[in-house]
This record gives sequence, C-alpha cells and structure tokens, in this order.
Amino acid sequence: MAILETKGLEKRFGGIVATHDVSLSVEKGARHALIGPNGAGKTTIINLLTGVLKPTAGTITLDGRDITALEPHQRVRLGMARTFQINQLFLDLTPLEHIGLAVSERLGSGADWWRLVGSKSAVTEEIVEIVERFRLADVMHVRTAILPYGKQRLLEIALAFACRPHVLLLDEPAAGVPEAERHDLLATIAALPDEVTVLLIEHDMDLVFSFADRISVLVNGSLFVDGAPEDVARDPRVKAVYLGEEADA
Amino acid sequence: MSALADDVSGYLKGRARWSPLEIAFWVFAFASIWLFPGKHLILTETAILGLFALSLDLILGYAGILSLGQAAFFGLAGYCAGLLAKYGLITEPVLALLVSGVAAAALGLVTSFLVLRGSDLTRLMVTLGVSLMLGELANRYSNITGGADGLQGVTVEPILGRFRFDLYGHNGYVYSLIVLFVCFLIARRVIYSPFGLSLRSIKGNALRAAAVGIPVKWRLVAIYTLSAFFAGIAGALLTQTTAFCSLDVFSIDRSADLLLVLIIGGTGYLYGGLIGAVIYKFLQDWIATLTPQYWQFWIGLVLVVIVLIGRERFEGWISGARLGAARFAGRLVSRPAAVSATPDRR
Repeated sequence: MAILETKGLEKRFGGIVATHDVSLSVEKGARHALIGPNGAGKTTIINLLTGVLKPTAGTITLDGRDITALEPHQRVRLGMARTFQINQLFLDLTPLEHIGLAVSERLGSGADWWRLVGSKSAVTEEIVEIVERFRLADVMHVRTAILPYGKQRLLEIALAFACRPHVLLLDEPAAGVPEAERHDLLATIAALPDEVTVLLIEHDMDLVFSFADRISVLVNGSLFVDGAPEDVARDPRVKAVYLGEEADA
Repeated sequence: MSALADDVSGYLKGRARWSPLEIAFWVFAFASIWLFPGKHLILTETAILGLFALSLDLILGYAGILSLGQAAFFGLAGYCAGLLAKYGLITEPVLALLVSGVAAAALGLVTSFLVLRGSDLTRLMVTLGVSLMLGELANRYSNITGGADGLQGVTVEPILGRFRFDLYGHNGYVYSLIVLFVCFLIARRVIYSPFGLSLRSIKGNALRAAAVGIPVKWRLVAIYTLSAFFAGIAGALLTQTTAFCSLDVFSIDRSADLLLVLIIGGTGYLYGGLIGAVIYKFLQDWIATLTPQYWQFWIGLVLVVIVLIGRERFEGWISGARLGAARFAGRLVSRPAAVSATPDRR
C-alpha cells in the first residue's frame, strides 16, 4: 500500500520546468531512494512534498489524504518530516531545546505560554528517549553553533525523527560528513525503526544500494526509471545517464 | 535514564531561574521609591519608556520582527485611556488601563496580518505606515481627540478608589512601577514557556521551525498582539500619570526613540529595554541641563558611537580592562612569576 503518492506533479519557475509530470509512489515501510544527476530536481520534489513549494499542477496524498494545499507545519502534524541537505538548525539553541521544540509541538503543548519549558514529564521522557537513540546526550547542553559537523548532521535527523513521522524524507543526510564521523551517521540511519517509511535522496551510491529496497531515478525533472535496486543497477539507460556520469567524475 | 530525565528537565527549567542580578535589579527599582523621592516624575517617564521598550523587545528580540510602528498602539491606548477618563466611562484607572491595553491588542491583532508579509524592510514600512495613518486620523477627528491642542479636561480618579495622583507624582510612580513589574513578570513567564522557545526558533530559522510542525504565522500573530498590548499599557499609563494626551503619542520620534533605547540596552534578554530606558532618560536629562537647546545632538553622537564601536566590543573593553587590572595587580604582587609567564603566552 502506498503511504505517500504524487500524481502528475509539476513545478514551473517562470519558463523553467523543474518537475515534470512526476507520479511517485512510496510504499508503507519502504526504504525508497530518489537518485539523479545534479540539477535533476530532487530537492524541488522534497520541497513540493513538504509544502515549502506549491506545485503548479498535480496532487500529493499522504496516507490516502490529499495534502496538496496544506501548509508545511500541517503536513508535519499528519506524519511527514524531513531533513535538509544543508543544515537548517537553530544555532543559538542547544540540541536539547531542538528536540524539546519538536516533541512539545507534536504533543500539542508547543503553544503553552504559561507553563515553563521542561515542566511536563511526558515531553521530558520523549526528549530523553530521542537524545539517547541518537547518542546526543554528551552534547545536549552545547550551543548548536559550536557542535562538530557530524553531530549537527545527526541532530538534523534527530530533529526530524522527534516529530515521530510515518514518512521521513532524508535529503542527502551524509553530505559533507567527514569519514571519521560517517559511520555513526550511517548506523543511525540503518537503525531507524521499520515502521517508519524512509524516502532518501542521496548522491552516494554505496549508501543508496546498501540501504534502499526501491530506487527511483530522476532526470531533468522527470521520473526516468523506478524499480528494485538490482533492476535499476542493470538498466542500461540509468548507467548511461547517471552511473556513467558518476564513473566519469 | 531517570537521571538523564532529571538533567533534561532541570536544565530546561533552570533557564527560567531568577539570577541574583535580576533580583538586585528589582530590589533597587522598588527602593528608588524611597531613595529618590525628588525624581519621581522622570522615574515615571523612565518606567513607561521601559515598558514601551519591553514591548518592542518582545517582537524584535524574540521573534525578529523589526517595527517602527509601536507608537500606533501606544497612541491608541493613550487616547483610549484619556477618553475613558474624560467622559467618565470607566473611572477606575486600573480597569481603564486594562481596557486601553486590550484596545491596542485588538489593533495589533488586526494589523499583524499586514506585518507578517514580506521582509524586514516591508515590515518597517508597513508598521510605520499604520502609525502614520492613526496619527493623521487623530488629527482629522479633532472633535474627539482635541487635535493639535491635545485632549483637554482629563481628570484621573484615584487608583482603586484610594490612591490619588498627586502633584509630585509619588503615587503615579509607584503605580507605574507596579504595572511595569507585573507586565515584566508576564513577559518573563511567556519567554521561558514552550511558546517562547518556539518564538526563538522562528527567529533563528523560520523554515526549519515550520518543518518541525510549528505554525509560524500564528505564533507571530500571538506575540505581535501581546506586544501591542504592552505598548498600549505604556501609552495608557502616560495619559493617566500626566492627565493629558496629545498627537505626539503617535509621532515617529517615539517609535524611533524605542529602537534607540534597545540599541543602548540590547535586545533578547528582557532587561535591554529597561536598562536602555534608564540610560536614555537620564542621559537626556543630564545633557538637557548642560545644553538645553541642542541635547539631541549629543544623543545622536552617543548613538553613532555605540553603533560604530559595537556593544560587543564595548563589553569586551570593560571585561578587558577588568582583566588587565587584575593582571596588573597580580604583577605587583609577584613580579618574577609574571615575567616568566610572558614568553609562554607568545
């Protein structure tokens, strides 16, 4: 059963077609990867799915519900969260405060204006759980601006995970992470619970083929090939446009 | 696990704990009632300016909304309080103060939707525009507002029916200070709540705030409305303590002064507006006695110097001087140690 589905999704910026007639279907519980050469429009699709951009045409459904017209925060409440290719963190806040924000919001106490932060035990318990899962306990009181890059990357994922999504969109989670900190990050991604559907956008082919059970290839804003990893790897057209390019580079 | 939970909740709550410096600040503020009985008039103005600046700090320092239109709320509530008293609609000052604040908050709620569009510059212009329009409306309907002559014949009844506004402004000051303190407590509570944390996240990165499920627009509407309420309370206080209200409450100067106060005192820690107001008022008072005609020149100079030097560097100098003094004292005490330490540092 598809948990996230797009039909005829289209996005134009003036005369440029960034996304052309994309009908993508992500199965419940899948580890789905979206790959494609630079400028293929992968991040545009993430922005359309999460509501940062409004599509020119087409529909998006989450869990059978049409979410095309919803605001970004409403989509988060319905169970879809994302990470960003370039860290989008709150540099003045600590990791603890980051997680606290997401958890409070999800438990419906984010707008409480008369209660002190940290005074609700349900929120605290969940913060602790997430801080431990992502091994952020040792840095949880450190200002985010001075965290090592690998930890910031981890926090990027932890923050999305703290929204308790059914569908998690990871936009190049390993981008720019130094080799020494990479292992931790990949282990964390691999350990995401099975019931969470993951749509991964990635350049790193090793990560894609070790992680994904389904791969969609995007070229020039259109869906090019969609299938199991073995089929995609074997497809001569994919080799030509994508893997070939990788080999050249 | 539970130790970690205690750590988490303790840390989060610890942010809101009162520091000794804060307590000292308020003890001194209330002590000023007895310490400076001859200065109550200017202290009243300072308290009102401080509250007004606090209202701007709430949106600027915590939500990143730059506004040149706080005078709109100040003025509306100022006239509201004046008219309520003049026509005897609500004679008890505390109630009239609240009603005037609510009127300003209503204006804030309505105009917040204009302000939420666009960038800093758009916001600056829209907020400025709103206060200009209100000022001009007050000018046009001079039959209600008294126009250029100001609102005449305002008599403010005793506070709670007991404390009369006296000529020396003693009761007026105590009243203003208590109102300021109560508003401050509310602001402080709000800032350290989950709502306040979400505001800081919006200021830091609105894109990400929305991506963790925070309804950015509604949070900004809420804080803008609260800020308008506080600005209104300040305006109403001015009318009540002076028994007068004129078109000057809507002037651009008033909104601009507010930015000055926050530049002097700093934003985003709640005390910036209060400390800035004290410095600004007493600097103004002191310069005005030295050179009554050209005091604004000196205020301008102070502003230019502060901005050019940068407050961080200024604070750096102060702590640097303190460090230098300590080092100098240390060198006097033990000369050989200091000499041997010098090459290591370089």
